[in-house]
Amino acid sequence: MTLLRILLPLVFLVSFAGLSAAQDTTVNGVGVQPGKQTLADILARQRGEDVPFGAQVPRPAEHEAPPVSSQLGPLGGASDADLWRDIRADSGTSLSASNRGPAATVMMQESGIWWLDFRRGPLLTYGNAALAATVVLLAIFYLIRGRIKIEHGRSGITIARFKFIERFGHWLIASSFILLALTGLISLAGRKVLIPVFGLEAYSAYATIGKWIHNNVAWAFILGLVMVFVMWIAHNLPDRTDINWILKGGGIFGKGHPPAKKFNTGQKLIFWAVIILGGSISVSGLSLLFPFEITMFGPTFAKLNDMGVPQLLGFGPIEASLTPQEEMQYAQLWHAIISFVLMAVILAHIYIGTLGMEGAFEAMGSGDVDLQWAREHHSIWAEEMVAEKNKPASGAHPAE
Amino acid sequence: MKAFLVANVALIIIAFGVNLALDNAGFSSANMTSDSNVRLGD
Repeated sequence: MTLLRILLPLVFLVSFAGLSAAQDTTVNGVGVQPGKQTLADILARQRGEDVPFGAQVPRPAEHEAPPVSSQLGPLGGASDADLWRDIRADSGTSLSASNRGPAATVMMQESGIWWLDFRRGPLLTYGNAALAATVVLLAIFYLIRGRIKIEHGRSGITIARFKFIERFGHWLIASSFILLALTGLISLAGRKVLIPVFGLEAYSAYATIGKWIHNNVAWAFILGLVMVFVMWIAHNLPDRTDINWILKGGGIFGKGHPPAKKFNTGQKLIFWAVIILGGSISVSGLSLLFPFEITMFGPTFAKLNDMGVPQLLGFGPIEASLTPQEEMQYAQLWHAIISFVLMAVILAHIYIGTLGMEGAFEAMGSGDVDLQWAREHHSIWAEEMVAEKNKPASGAHPAE
Repeated sequence: MKAFLVANVALIIIAFGVNLALDNAGFSSANMTSDSNVRLGD
């Protein structure tokens, strides 16, 4: 026990001696502080001598962190939360701009980058893929089914199917839609696809002319849409013939056609697609044409939240408080997405009205169709037309 | 195809007519994000 009392202090002292020896480093008789490089080290390395690093490399200086409000502080100098909130959210009162526009005082909004990435990424890729897939599917359908012929041949007798004003409305909407679709695609695909191919200056001309056409031809599309809606809605209301038509697949495959009135179910679907999708495209287009005047999405999101629709689908409430720019961004995306859907529908419509079916184009070409074509595709309407034609004129009396 | 041709003529007239009308009304969508106090591209 006595020995232990002597040894323990000795071990204690020896351990301290080791520590002090480790700190007391001396290089060529010059005292060196631990972790610090000396001038001698630097000069020795410059002479090409191999001076080890390690313990002699200077350790980072240990200082206190800069104050929060300093330039190098965590908040980068003066932190003014109210100022930044004003700049970001268009809710502040301390900002003023020389421009008096509705969005002038929103200087930052985070969703801009998301919108831009979506616009030049998935929207462009999947939108064009959908159009390409539609063309491929129609080509496959044509290869399998071929052109749908008039089964019993032409009768040589024609009946009036569409009046001049009806065909005028159809062609007004058709021509304007093709122009709008092409110029819209040019606008959407410009930066990613067309500029790399044609160059900035050539694309600038396309874009300028395309924008003018898109903005001004839109009114002809809207007028055509209204005309078509008014003229044809009575013929496009669903009725019992539609059930039979759908059950028989419209007679697309096999012989025989289900009875139909002036518009069969396929045409009714096209009609309502054009009216609903075209109407939605028109409203979102007006919202883009008159920036910040028509707010569609904020109020819609608020109503959906109130109805609990997002919650029902397992999402949280949608952010309904949108900046003016966000409204425009959503309008642009909606405008483009719905346009892609309508373009795909119209490609199918153009196919069946031209290449896909014998005798169909005449309805919108001359306005008169072959009686046999009418009997095969619109049998109820054809019989009505024949009965009307054979009806004696009012006031005429049958021969006695 | 008379209806097609007339519709296309109408389309051109509508496009130029609307453009003229909006210009005369002093409407410009560019003014919603800028105005005469801001000189862009001069």
